[in-house]
Amino acid sequence: MKLGELADKVRSKNAGPFWLTLDIFCADATVFQQVSQGLESTRVAQLLGTDPAVMKRFDMPELNVVKFSIPRPARQGAVDDRDMHGASFANLLAEMEV
Amino acid sequence: MVKVLIPCGALGLGYDRAALARGVAEGPDIIAIDGGSTDSGPHYLGTGTSKYSRQSTKAQWRELIEAQQAAGVPLVIGTAGTCGADSAVDWLVDITQEIATEAGLALKIAVLKSGQTPDAVAEAFEAGQITPLDAAPEISAEVIRDCSNIVALAGAEQVQAAIETGADVIIAGRTTDTAIIAALPLARGCHAGAAWHGAKVGECGAMATTNYSTGTIMAEFDEAGFTITPMGDGVQATPRTVSAHMLYENSDPYILFEPGGYLDVRGAEYTALDDRRVQVTGSTWHATDRYTVKLEGARRAGYQVVSLVTVRDPHYVKNIHDWCADINETCTAKARRETNGDFTIELRVTGADATLGPLENAAQTGSEVGVTGIVTAESDALAMEVAKILNPFLLHHPLTATEPMPTFAFPFSPPEMPRGAIHEFCLHHVMTLSDPMQAFRLSVIEVGA
Repeated sequence: MKLGELADKVRSKNAGPFWLTLDIFCADATVFQQVSQGLESTRVAQLLGTDPAVMKRFDMPELNVVKFSIPRPARQGAVDDRDMHGASFANLLAEMEV
Repeated sequence: MVKVLIPCGALGLGYDRAALARGVAEGPDIIAIDGGSTDSGPHYLGTGTSKYSRQSTKAQWRELIEAQQAAGVPLVIGTAGTCGADSAVDWLVDITQEIATEAGLALKIAVLKSGQTPDAVAEAFEAGQITPLDAAPEISAEVIRDCSNIVALAGAEQVQAAIETGADVIIAGRTTDTAIIAALPLARGCHAGAAWHGAKVGECGAMATTNYSTGTIMAEFDEAGFTITPMGDGVQATPRTVSAHMLYENSDPYILFEPGGYLDVRGAEYTALDDRRVQVTGSTWHATDRYTVKLEGARRAGYQVVSLVTVRDPHYVKNIHDWCADINETCTAKARRETNGDFTIELRVTGADATLGPLENAAQTGSEVGVTGIVTAESDALAMEVAKILNPFLLHHPLTATEPMPTFAFPFSPPEMPRGAIHEFCLHHVMTLSDPMQAFRLSVIEVGA
């Protein structure tokens, strides 16, 4: 199943010009457990083209949210950046198989 | 108890007028609104300009000044003019003076400037007073001196100094998003963890409620915690909408660094007081030994000219990446022979993978694609020269030497669209100050009467 079908919402956004943060909102504790256990950090890091050692991960049962933060794939607004607000990375994550 | 009225997430975004009027009627102690962020890209800091229309900003700022007059309390804006550079502050001061003159208002305006001279920052760098944050780019004194604008993010102390002038309106350059909200509760002795946490929840206005578009919320602070109350009709703040806001645009959802310390919300408890208000207690503030302020800087990264061509021929749509790669190689070689200076050519295929580039893993094309030719060069003139060399390729380049000459669709004449100078963010660092006001300048002006 794709993550986007399982989760209520997957979003991504700049966290300043040098970081990107991705939030996965789950409807309840059951879905949260499925997402939390089904998403290996190495696979997420590979999908986003980042080093797993610098990726931050937060599993937040109190909110049924799994959150990842990575150094931005390209510095925001630099010549090689394609997405000023970083919102499209969420689509990549939502299409991932869990 | 200190009540901070937050009209909306940023000046220019808009709010429900009835919600704002309700907030004014509830007797706030201050009205606080954000004026910008880095989120729209490096152009604004690079040029020291605002992203929003002047007329639209003026119309909305006039309404907030009317609310300030009705409430009889200070109105504070942080990060004025999108980037908070000195020129953007001057732009809003100018607008404010026009409003006061047109309305016959006497206004006392405190102006807090956050702009740093590149030389002073370069000296601080050489003196070891500048420290990189996680994932900061490599910098040097030369990179710093290359910046067209550098701002330091003011915290609560600098905003408090501006409030203490007794001004009606406080126009601040770059501040942290939270500082303009936390400043007064902290000055009046409210719980420090609550002041910063409530400020973070409130900084985007009604985003921490069930209806973002209504804009206005009230954040109430006391010795124990804070309460969020939406001002829009039928809008609710719930423990979930309030607690989830720490996720937003934060790389760490529990810790938030601010000048002089950090907020930790791991112990926060969210309680629904009724079906629309949420009270939060238990967040903590930890003062640090060093007083640091974050720096943002932008410098010129070249000049750009872009051209757009659309491709409808199925044979070319199917082979679009080969076509682009061939053009890039051939055209780059030709332009190197015929011009002098540094440039790059990039072709991005809208309708295939323009958004995610090499990370795209599900690309599929439809009946047509758009190809944006992006020329970046060391001068405006060279960017245009190379874009003109690219033009015939975008119009007629064949996939193989044997096929008849194709022609593609230019939607505009001329196809070349100059973007002028482009900028890049180049600082993700903090600067140590011996006194919070050391890097900031506060002045007071009186207009009208």
